[in-house]
Amino acid sequence: MNTEILGVILMYVMVIALAIPLGRYIGKIFNYENTWLDKIFNPLDKLFFKLSGIDPTVEMNWKQHLTALLTINAIWFIISMLVLTNMSWLPLNPDANPSMSGDLAFNTSVSFVTNTNLQHYSGESGLSYLGQLILMLWQFISAGTGIAICAVVFIAMKERTATTLGNFYSLFVRSCTRILLPIAFVVAIILVFNGSPMTFEGKDTMVTLQGDTVQVSRGPVAAFVAPKQIGTNGGGFYGPNSTHPLENPNYLTNIIETVSISLIPIAMVFAMGYVLRRRKLAWTIYGVMTLGFLLLVIPSIMNEMNGNPAIEKMGIAQSYGSMEGKEIRFGSAASAYWAIKTTCTSNGSVNAMHDSMTPLTGMFTMLGMMINSFYGGVGVGFLNFYIFIILAVFVSGLMVGRTPEFLGKKIEAKEMKIAMVIALLHPLLILAGTAISSFLYAGNPAEYAGWLANPGNHGFSEMLYEFSSSSANNGSGFEGLGDNTPFWNIACGIVMLLARYLPIIGPVAIAGILASKKYIPESNGTLKTDTSTFGLMVFAVIAIVAALSFFPALTLGPIAEYFSLY
Amino acid sequence: MTKNTSLFQKDLMLEAFKQSFVKLNPKIMFRNPVMFTVEIGTAIMFAVCLWTLAGETSQGSFAYNLTVFIILLLTLLFANFAEAIAEARGKAQADSLRKTREETPAKKITVKGNNSSHEVKIIPSSKLIKGDLFFCEAGDIIPTDGEIIEGLATIDESAITGESAPVIREAGGDKSSVTGGTKVLSDRITVQVTTEPGESFLDKMIALVEGASRQKTPNEIALTILLAGFTLVFIIVTVTLKPFADYANTPITIAAFISLFVCLIPTTIGGLLSAIGIAGMDRALRANVITKSGKAVETAGDIDVLLLDKTGTITIGNRKATHFYHADGVTEKAFMESCVLASLADETPEGKSIIDLAKEKGAKTKSNDSLLNDAKFIKFTAETRSSGIDLKNGIRIRKGAADTIRKNAEKAGHDYSSGIDKIVNGISANGGTPLVVSENEKVVGVIELQDIIKPGIQERFDRLRKMGIKTVMVTGDNPLTAKFIAEKAGVDDFIAEAKPEDKMNYIKKEQSAGRLVAMMGDGTNDAPALAQADVGVAMNSGTQAAKEAGNMVDLDNDPTKLIEIVEIGKQLLMTRGTLTTFSIANDVAKYFAIIPALFIVAIPALQGLNIMNLHSPESAILSAIIFNALIIPFLIPLALKGVAYKPIGASALLRRNLFIYGLGGVIVPFIGIKLIDLFVSVFI
Repeated sequence: MNTEILGVILMYVMVIALAIPLGRYIGKIFNYENTWLDKIFNPLDKLFFKLSGIDPTVEMNWKQHLTALLTINAIWFIISMLVLTNMSWLPLNPDANPSMSGDLAFNTSVSFVTNTNLQHYSGESGLSYLGQLILMLWQFISAGTGIAICAVVFIAMKERTATTLGNFYSLFVRSCTRILLPIAFVVAIILVFNGSPMTFEGKDTMVTLQGDTVQVSRGPVAAFVAPKQIGTNGGGFYGPNSTHPLENPNYLTNIIETVSISLIPIAMVFAMGYVLRRRKLAWTIYGVMTLGFLLLVIPSIMNEMNGNPAIEKMGIAQSYGSMEGKEIRFGSAASAYWAIKTTCTSNGSVNAMHDSMTPLTGMFTMLGMMINSFYGGVGVGFLNFYIFIILAVFVSGLMVGRTPEFLGKKIEAKEMKIAMVIALLHPLLILAGTAISSFLYAGNPAEYAGWLANPGNHGFSEMLYEFSSSSANNGSGFEGLGDNTPFWNIACGIVMLLARYLPIIGPVAIAGILASKKYIPESNGTLKTDTSTFGLMVFAVIAIVAALSFFPALTLGPIAEYFSLY
Repeated sequence: MTKNTSLFQKDLMLEAFKQSFVKLNPKIMFRNPVMFTVEIGTAIMFAVCLWTLAGETSQGSFAYNLTVFIILLLTLLFANFAEAIAEARGKAQADSLRKTREETPAKKITVKGNNSSHEVKIIPSSKLIKGDLFFCEAGDIIPTDGEIIEGLATIDESAITGESAPVIREAGGDKSSVTGGTKVLSDRITVQVTTEPGESFLDKMIALVEGASRQKTPNEIALTILLAGFTLVFIIVTVTLKPFADYANTPITIAAFISLFVCLIPTTIGGLLSAIGIAGMDRALRANVITKSGKAVETAGDIDVLLLDKTGTITIGNRKATHFYHADGVTEKAFMESCVLASLADETPEGKSIIDLAKEKGAKTKSNDSLLNDAKFIKFTAETRSSGIDLKNGIRIRKGAADTIRKNAEKAGHDYSSGIDKIVNGISANGGTPLVVSENEKVVGVIELQDIIKPGIQERFDRLRKMGIKTVMVTGDNPLTAKFIAEKAGVDDFIAEAKPEDKMNYIKKEQSAGRLVAMMGDGTNDAPALAQADVGVAMNSGTQAAKEAGNMVDLDNDPTKLIEIVEIGKQLLMTRGTLTTFSIANDVAKYFAIIPALFIVAIPALQGLNIMNLHSPESAILSAIIFNALIIPFLIPLALKGVAYKPIGASALLRRNLFIYGLGGVIVPFIGIKLIDLFVSVFI
């Protein structure tokens, strides 16, 4: 078999081989069971709580959890705003980079707070090392927020009636110190040994083969890239993200970084199986997610490896597949694989330019973000999937002749209302955003000419992609879009905030309300949610609700482009 | 009572046809968000028709727009018709019940003055109010619902139940209720009216079926939210398409926008939703069960535990004699004759069954009158725990509980052999009741009485178990006998030596474990338990208190009805679920019909998306909305009859329904739209 494909299969097998034990480990963390890292982290946690004066044993209800989450996020948001606007005179700035303007700092902070990591700056020239460090901290905080709130939902899903669901601060600290930190440490070590810089010294000078003298930006790259990959953050140290040779030096680091993208999102599913003692349900959810992922990734890899028919018509051989916008050290298969992974998981880091992918691959990357739950972001991917489960449970519960219930809790009007609002939100933000930009552009193409590098269908894809990426908290760009204008900064900022917090609040509210309801024991007549039939039902709901809503829009973008190629 | 088996009768159709237009009133339409948006779309299309008539050319031909308008209007009418026909059927069913109690003369009793002398006045039944007294004699039709306060009568309830055998109703006790429209066959009773005119259960039921007081059930509300949510998604999809199309320089007509929208929103289930709910109550009524709310039917589908009385539900009536065991030194023939003599005057079902069995075994059952002349019958009392006969020739025959007969025998100096002991114990261990017979205090044998389990009841319990429902038998028997019968009948649990409060406690215990409990009862002392149960079915023959406490009334007084009620509830929910699935699955094909049609003129390359190879953009759009409209009347019979419930376990049921209605819902419209397109393309 083709070594490129073997490489992709190897990467997938590695993820699942690591995700299963990791899921068990994460489950133990949420259950407060003993783990071998306790010796190191127990005293550390205690120190944190002593310093902050927080009592980590206070039980919280779902509303208190959300308050705690928003408080943590708001405080760090203000601190990062202060650092980004003042970093020129603050320490750790050997390259003497300037401070950010207020609006750019706001945009950047929102982007990192929401785990989106859209970057309207280039890290090597736009940030001091202190600025990089504060953003690196966010790579932990936003990921830890997602994991901790997902843990709250797991606790709420347990088979009992409860109003209190653990302590958010405690779960948050545990997520950061015991899950993210150790994995980030391992990944960073591997990157350092493969050539990623890890220093606080300024630019280095080197003489290239051509004899030019160039300045090469350095910094704590390895430490920055590791949480970027494992926390589904995606904001690169350098502007070109993981296509940059110092951020992703070789095929080995590419494997490590690719595996890191979906490691925790998949492990979260198995962690749920561990916490609820429902391994079969975990496998069912994993199966549905994987089915969706494969349906996106397989045709994408095929399309990229087959090359671009337009280039073929010109009589140019494409033995490596479609290589436009890709790195020769990764090849077309690994680039397509990364592209789908990074969009399905709301990571948003790139190792190739998505703008240059063949039209259908471009569509599949967008679909990954539009669905946003085939693995999804750390923690929040599961929360998105939870909404689809609720919708599927409702319809299929009726089909077996009972008023619908999920894990022993009745689903009634109130939960349906919340689930429907959240399910609506994502298409609303993407389609309405794209509609406004299309309306502006169509009304006055001359004034907005700077927006779109390509007219026609591809230009439409650029706008659709930008809003999909913002709403999915993905952060990758289709590029070719002139996005550093007030319209895009403001519109994407609003979309990112709404699309981050409402889909967290909704599922937590549903889970919290369900947790307080009476538990109904399972009987023969109860709908089993851990079967392949139910899995198929969830998949159908996702396909029809999430994917098909975008069908008209995708038709005018990538689908029209695809048919025009032949 | 006649049961209408045909779904569509001419007079019902006419009424429903009229109602379909009446229901176009936006005020009524507003209750159904999905169809309300269709109505708005239809109104817009009407305006577009006028616009094109005034000379506008950008929106396609007048004929095309008019066709779209008519099809949308038909979609609305079809949906209204579905609701109207369900209402009409329910009303017709209720009316036929109500007819039995129209304007019958009532013999009202008025107490005059203080000397308690009565005056009887004949007034129409509709003038009777709650608390009034009336009396009925043999041959009278009982004018309205009430409770007997004096007397006893045999009553023909066939008008209500369809059962021809007369029943006995008497004052006091649990069988004191009479129903309007039934006929007194013998004796005379004084009855107190228990309901105001127009407020009987039947009147309440009719109001439930009619639109005015029909409230949406919790599940219906949740489903409406889901459907409204889908409608909103497609509003977003359709509205944003306008700027997208502007960007792509693809003009889209208003007709195309509205068609896309109407096709995508779940009109099929939206149009049939209320019909399904009404049909559920109607099916209950057809099973002769009056429900006090739609919610009760829905809850019935969720029942986890069924409390069933042993007598009448699990076993046939009372115990029956099944065997004669004669003592040593007594011939079988002589023993049987003694048994017959002892039972001749015994009016209890057990006594009769002894004679029946003896007759079957060939014993003489017509004793010569001389022997019986002046014979003295001894009635059963709780003290003596035996009954029998004292013959003229001095012979005393007794039959009764083993220990009583034994005590008497031993007192008289007779032997109580170990053989008899063995027989008695054997019968007990088999779940039977031994009746020991003595002649002049000397034991002559034992009669075995057995509970006869209703034929087919085991299969019904099996079916319930597969539905995930636990069955509990309630009986006054001792735990040993109860256990035996429970095992034999196949119930999951039993409450032996049950007192009314035991039922109550059992219900509370199950409910605190999160289970939903259904029970049936008739007596006043059942009332608290009936009220506590999630589904309480009172028998129509039961007391007023019981009927008030429960949330359903069974006109047939048939305890096995609970099983049917559960299935009706499940059917109701399943019909909703499957039609929702079908409706949403239809969208796949509709997308593939309409999306290429919208853009193909501006972007010819999109011909590749036209996988159904439809004739032209106009024909594609028309075919999709015609299919969308026609599917509603096609599914009305299914909505009214309900999706068949099969007790094959939840997972298998989901697989089956997902296959039929999910996969079917994806495939059927592809075929349907293509066929309609072939037809439509002839005209375009």
